[in-house]
Amino acid sequence: MARRGTGGAEVQPGRRRRPRYPARYSAAALLLRGKRPWPPIWRSGDLRDSYDVVIVGGGVHGLATAYYLASNWGITNVAVLDKGYLGGGGSGRNTAIVRSNYLTPDGVAFYDRSVQLYERLAVDLNLNVMFSRRGHLTLAHSDGALRTMRWRAEVNKHQGVDSEVIGPAEIKRLVPALDVTGAPRYPILGALHHPPGGIIRHDAVVWGYARAAAALGVEMHQNTEVLDIATSGGSGSDGKGPGGRVTGVRTNRGDVSAPVVVNCTAGWASLIAAMAGLRLPISTHPLQAAVTEPVKMFLPAVVVSGSLHVYVSQTDRGELVFGAAVDPLATYDTGGSLAFAEELSGHVLQLMPGLGRMRLLRQWSGLCDMTPDYSPIIGPTPVDGFHCDVGWGTYGFKAAPVAGEQLAACIASGETPDLIEPFTLSRFAEGRLVGEKGAAAVGH
Amino acid sequence: MLLVPCPHCGPRNSADLTLVGESESRPDPSATTPVEWRAYLYEEHNPAGWTRETWYCRLGCGRFFVTERHRGQNRFRNPPLGAPDESARRR
Ligand SMILES: Cc1cc2nc3c(=O)[nH]c(=O)nc-3n(C[C@H](O)[C@H](O)[C@H](O)COP(=O)(O)OP(=O)(O)OC[C@H]3O[C@@H](n4cnc5c(N)ncnc54)[C@H](O)[C@@H]3O)c2cc1C
Ligand SMILES: [Zn+2]
Repeated sequence: MARRGTGGAEVQPGRRRRPRYPARYSAAALLLRGKRPWPPIWRSGDLRDSYDVVIVGGGVHGLATAYYLASNWGITNVAVLDKGYLGGGGSGRNTAIVRSNYLTPDGVAFYDRSVQLYERLAVDLNLNVMFSRRGHLTLAHSDGALRTMRWRAEVNKHQGVDSEVIGPAEIKRLVPALDVTGAPRYPILGALHHPPGGIIRHDAVVWGYARAAAALGVEMHQNTEVLDIATSGGSGSDGKGPGGRVTGVRTNRGDVSAPVVVNCTAGWASLIAAMAGLRLPISTHPLQAAVTEPVKMFLPAVVVSGSLHVYVSQTDRGELVFGAAVDPLATYDTGGSLAFAEELSGHVLQLMPGLGRMRLLRQWSGLCDMTPDYSPIIGPTPVDGFHCDVGWGTYGFKAAPVAGEQLAACIASGETPDLIEPFTLSRFAEGRLVGEKGAAAVGH
Repeated sequence: MLLVPCPHCGPRNSADLTLVGESESRPDPSATTPVEWRAYLYEEHNPAGWTRETWYCRLGCGRFFVTERHRGQNRFRNPPLGAPDESARRR
């Protein structure tokens, strides 16, 4: 296959490039620096009129892709464009759960690689991303659920991922606050226990990738909205659509030419794809979350209940962070609803009756790009040079490192790596959907 | 809360209804290729603006109807089928 999209740039895999930062943050540096301001951690400047790669969307996926293009492949003539601020989409709104106990072998292999990359991310980026591997419990409230968990545990173990079904006594030992008496409407019969799962500081991951990519030469352009995508030779009357080739983007700050354009816009992915004349199997739904006032640490693991549409973890500051399944109504409106807070509270009390007097501090909402098979869409599209890294639904935060790493390899080498082959856009036309619903719907 | 204008029941809480999806005419199964059929099954326009959609009045009248909604602002327009037409009333 021909090398796609690097604009003829010499591709140099293998040798990892380490970012050099303009300033080092340490106790000594604080004293020496005095009142002098710290240099910004990513450069902005003017938007140039051409790049080798333009990445649309400055969330964790766009930034990770930029970082791995630069560090693993030496492709640094790259611009990340965001219509708002870096991390202003789902990447700054998620509940930061990281795990790899999926149901399909493809899913397990993919997310496991991501967890491995997260494990050494603090070292790679020289920034503390506060990865807390506290363990992840998915509760089973019925025999059917227990059976699926046994299945998941076996798939996981077969691929070397630490995962086991445990009973109520062990659950009580791990998380004493849970009601395992069997009295509630949804009794806790067992759980899938995944010790390597946990939570991570999402903003730190965003800023760490942005800082490292910028130090390697990538440009970050905030408040830069992509309004259209320039293509030629497509099958549509306007030259867009399948069979065409991408030539650049039009933005509110001017036109930019680029042989490679990457769509990393999650909830907005359909809008960007439409600019290239493509329709995606995606519909955009809001996902809401909420956080309580901080209390003393009492919840040592992440707890998920699929039947009750709720999951909860406790932050290092002591707040409880709650999430749920996506709102059923497809919309781009992130207003949130009282109905969500009411339903959520009811479900949380089913699990932990002791929380009756806790107060919610705030709730918020972000856009999720849902696909019919609860799996992402990564890699090339029928428009040459136009790549996608979308369809992340409610589970994309944990996947950013592997998606960025593999998509960078795909762009640089022109070949689709094995890890993302199951997730290419062509699977829909070919009728080979992934079937990850059992492990992705509420689990995040 | 979103009020959905059911042409049979009047405005109802969206929690009473199910959004079935974008309404598009179904291609003739005997005359489509598998690829065209899958495009019909899976692809979405998913616009941030106006779109025609099918709704199911699940906890109300139990009927299906088509209406137009702005997916960015959650506004409805065009009285749904069965409601009096604006221009007809003016005449
Ligand atoms: C409440 C909530 C909880 C979640 N919890 C988890 C979790 O626990 N674990 C997990 O793994 N995942 C979780 N997710 C999902 C996860 O947050 C997302 O899948 C992930 O952040 C997607 O990252 P991204 O970089 O692809 O997109 P985003 O971070 O959404 O970034 C997309 C960017 O594109 C920009 N953009 C859009 N249109 C344009 C344009 N025309 N021009 C330029 N820029 C544009 C936007 O401004 C935005 O910054 C959660 C999501 C939500 C909303
Ligand atoms: Zn009705």
